[in-house]
Amino acid sequence: MSKRVVVTGMGIVSPNGIGIPAFLHAIQNGISGIKFMPRYQELNFSCQVAGMPAFDWESLKNKNYISEVTFHGLKGTNIGYGVAAALDAWADSGMAYETDEPRWETGCVFGNSIADTEAMKNVIARVDNKEARKLGSRVVEQAMNSGVTSYVSGRLGLGNKVLTNSAACATGTQAILMGYEYVKHGYAKRMLVGSAEHVDTYVYGAFDSMRVLSRKYNDAPEKASRPMSITAGGFVPGSGSAALILEDLDYALERGARIYAEVLGGSSNSGGQRQGGTMTAANSTGVIRCIHEAMATSGVSADQIDLISGHLTATNADRQEIQNWTEALNRAGDDFPLTNSLKSMIGHSLSAAGSIETVASILQIVHGFVHPNINFEDPNPEITNLVSLDKLPVKMIKKEVNIVAKANFGFGDVNSCLILSKYK
Amino acid sequence: MTREEILSELKAVISPYTTNKEMLAGIDDQTDLIKDLKINSANLVDIIIDAEAKYDIEIDYDSADKMVNVGTCIDVISEKLKEKI
Repeated sequence: MSKRVVVTGMGIVSPNGIGIPAFLHAIQNGISGIKFMPRYQELNFSCQVAGMPAFDWESLKNKNYISEVTFHGLKGTNIGYGVAAALDAWADSGMAYETDEPRWETGCVFGNSIADTEAMKNVIARVDNKEARKLGSRVVEQAMNSGVTSYVSGRLGLGNKVLTNSAACATGTQAILMGYEYVKHGYAKRMLVGSAEHVDTYVYGAFDSMRVLSRKYNDAPEKASRPMSITAGGFVPGSGSAALILEDLDYALERGARIYAEVLGGSSNSGGQRQGGTMTAANSTGVIRCIHEAMATSGVSADQIDLISGHLTATNADRQEIQNWTEALNRAGDDFPLTNSLKSMIGHSLSAAGSIETVASILQIVHGFVHPNINFEDPNPEITNLVSLDKLPVKMIKKEVNIVAKANFGFGDVNSCLILSKYK
Repeated sequence: MTREEILSELKAVISPYTTNKEMLAGIDDQTDLIKDLKINSANLVDIIIDAEAKYDIEIDYDSADKMVNVGTCIDVISEKLKEKI
């Protein structure tokens, strides 16, 4: 007997806002979180801007996210972001942190792409210097891929399935989909899901070398992320985290939880790096199948979709993505759904993109608006040939949003798509 | 260096690893690091590393195994300090 799955809590650490109220204000008003990074200039990066959350590291201790003892020796930035987002989501859902018994009914799927390499620099130096015995007890737990998941599940005593997923830029949406499936099939009553990313200088440098980053707006950081525009010259790396509490509808109703929205279904697949798909490019057939499967499992038809929250990173893949959506939905021109890219405001936070954009999608459902695409004063004509310009809003539109399709596509030719709905 | 001096410095070394600050203020030789101060057993390694750095000594595996309560910690540290001279 499959269960309905609803969202009862959300937490966010985004470059343009920390905490739901600040983030909501930012996305309604098209506020950019992209800043110039002096350090990247020193390092001779071509792209010298990034979306970096204005995160108060001490707040982890001062706001009781973790104990002083746990805080002492915590270096992994991604873990700090993930813990803050996850615990905020938990509190937002109306639940206390403390528990003596494990919460057997609640599990966790939290994704990331890589541990904080910068934090590991000290480890490498010590080992190379023949001082491994001075590393101490706190390195392994922060270097392991399941670092974020371990800190979160330990703090909250989560006792159901606890796992860490990684699917490049599709990680966040995939984590939510996996949590949804566990609750839907009755394996867990509640899942804490999300993803966290800290793009450290080493990962950033490697992307810079691939020549896929925005490099012409170092003197105008807020204009640097330009999805779908003719001047889209690469993406802007971002960092952050978002978390959601997914619950079995009956279980949520029983405890009187506030319900934000419903996850109707979704799909995650791969294009197999065939038919034009490669390590870094999506096989369009795979993308279209993924969107079709997401709609089929959700029982939603293409004409019901009010809003597409695109992947749309501001590279030359944007045009192909829009074309894939037109083919998947069989909707184009004036019939195309309203579409936006949060990346225009915060850049591309890799594994965290999917969870941050899902929180944005749910806020648009709850508050009845479509957030603007910023830096879209010069649309790519190859995109506006496919879909009407007024479907890609540059100002916030206040309107009822019932169904959102949220998709992300990642290196390795992996795709994930979620269908989110107003709770009725 | 007297045992009292080491005890008072040891409090500062241990402090980051226990949330039980009240008990830490009143520790004596018998105070057990894990049972009384509720220190995570993995963190004992960190206390040993911090003590090594503070006193510029090296605490070998066998000596480290003895450091279960405050008294034995002081024993090991004083012994290593004497070896240094």
